[in-house]
Amino acid sequence: MNTKARFGWMLIGAGVAIAAHGGEMPVKLAPGEHAALVQSRCATCHSLDYIVMNSTFLSRTAWEGEVRKMMKIMGAPVPESDVAPIVDYLTQNYGVK
Amino acid sequence: MAGGIALATTGLAGRVRADLPPGTLESALRDSLPGKQPLIKRSFRPPNYESPVEVFNDVITPNDRFFVRWHLSNIPRIDAGSWRLVVGGDGAERGFELTLEALKRDFEPVELVAVCQCAGNRRGLSDPHVPGVQWGSGAMGNARWKGVRLKDILARAELKKEAVEIAFNGGDRGPLDATPVFSKSIPAWKALDENTMLAYEMNGAPLPHWNGFPARIVVPGWAATYWMKQVSGIRALSQPLTSFWMNTAYRIPKGKFPIIDRFTSQESDTSTPITEIPVNSLITNIANGARFASGQSIAVKGIAWDGGYGIAGVEVSLDEGHSWQSAVPGENYGRYSFRAWEYRFSPQAAGGMTVMARASNVRGTSQPSELIFNAPGYHNNVVQKIAIDIA
Repeated sequence: MNTKARFGWMLIGAGVAIAAHGGEMPVKLAPGEHAALVQSRCATCHSLDYIVMNSTFLSRTAWEGEVRKMMKIMGAPVPESDVAPIVDYLTQNYGVK
Repeated sequence: MAGGIALATTGLAGRVRADLPPGTLESALRDSLPGKQPLIKRSFRPPNYESPVEVFNDVITPNDRFFVRWHLSNIPRIDAGSWRLVVGGDGAERGFELTLEALKRDFEPVELVAVCQCAGNRRGLSDPHVPGVQWGSGAMGNARWKGVRLKDILARAELKKEAVEIAFNGGDRGPLDATPVFSKSIPAWKALDENTMLAYEMNGAPLPHWNGFPARIVVPGWAATYWMKQVSGIRALSQPLTSFWMNTAYRIPKGKFPIIDRFTSQESDTSTPITEIPVNSLITNIANGARFASGQSIAVKGIAWDGGYGIAGVEVSLDEGHSWQSAVPGENYGRYSFRAWEYRFSPQAAGGMTVMARASNVRGTSQPSELIFNAPGYHNNVVQKIAIDIA
């Protein structure tokens, strides 16, 4: 596991702790390369069921559109260098089948 | 959990997409928010929960089974005693503040039964699927709202003639400062409609926390995106509100839907904000794949509603839409309410059968037989088709 991924796992705990009410259960993403990065970047603002719920019908282009919407409109602090691995993971594990 | 998944798929088959996306079915579960009965969880944070279809066998949706929809995850617990409503804006002559007590004391209370329906209700059944919260049929509810007329509040603020829109602030915030605050506006003419209100009660009880305690905007006939929860501010604007939630989200292509109410100050060349709810119906007591015995008397029950023009009738077809028979309407709770209906028949032959329902309103508009597709997945009111087996 590289440094970025380890950092990601630390943030997962933080993400879950942000739960707005007592009922939130952890949502487990499919294992795969960059899964930890996706968890850390996305779970800061929303539960990860948003990803599972929106599958499996989005193309790579559509997933990239969602990621960029989160960055540009919702203010997600995702560095540009993370976009490709995040979109890779989403397309491979939750993309159109 | 299995029950939630099964019910989430209830009710649509054949020409109409029968299924929510596979990942939606996988991630759905029955879950109770504090103070709520189990609903179908679509997302935990922010909380987005829809009512199971069987809830709509009652025309009035109970508060603890009413759907929950939030855009942003930091939802404050509002203390009724310290809550203040700030009224003002550059389109008003005078601003003022109200406590909850003053709101209830100083203005005439009014009551109205009205449907609150998420603009994206049934998005999960869009064909093709489109991104967003993958709602089934339960991102809606019908309640008796009690509150004060928005026009009475605005009268005290002395609206200027330049006021074009009335904007609302809510309590929820994103987890990051960079996340845009959720804010919405409605045209001044709609804000001055005698039926538009600031509600503090729902079905005879204070609004549940998840549905906007202590006060929410009620815009009868219009999509729930305008029904701002936890309202803390009402602003009269001389210029159209500029925000992601107005300029980008909750918009539909111009001319695609048979919509009467227009929101001209927010229209662009190609798109317009969502306004009124299109005519729609839902079969509430029969699930896809239900089995019956031939000769048995079957009651098909459901509800119908529209943007407040009023339901003229509901027809049921048992032969793929070749012929239609009138359903019997139930009690009338007003033109903004769900209207119950029922149709009875006794199938004589064994085999597969489809049940379809189609509502029409008093303007002569009916539900379409093909989905009016739009990329954000709004206003899905295509005729339902339920497959049943007669043994």
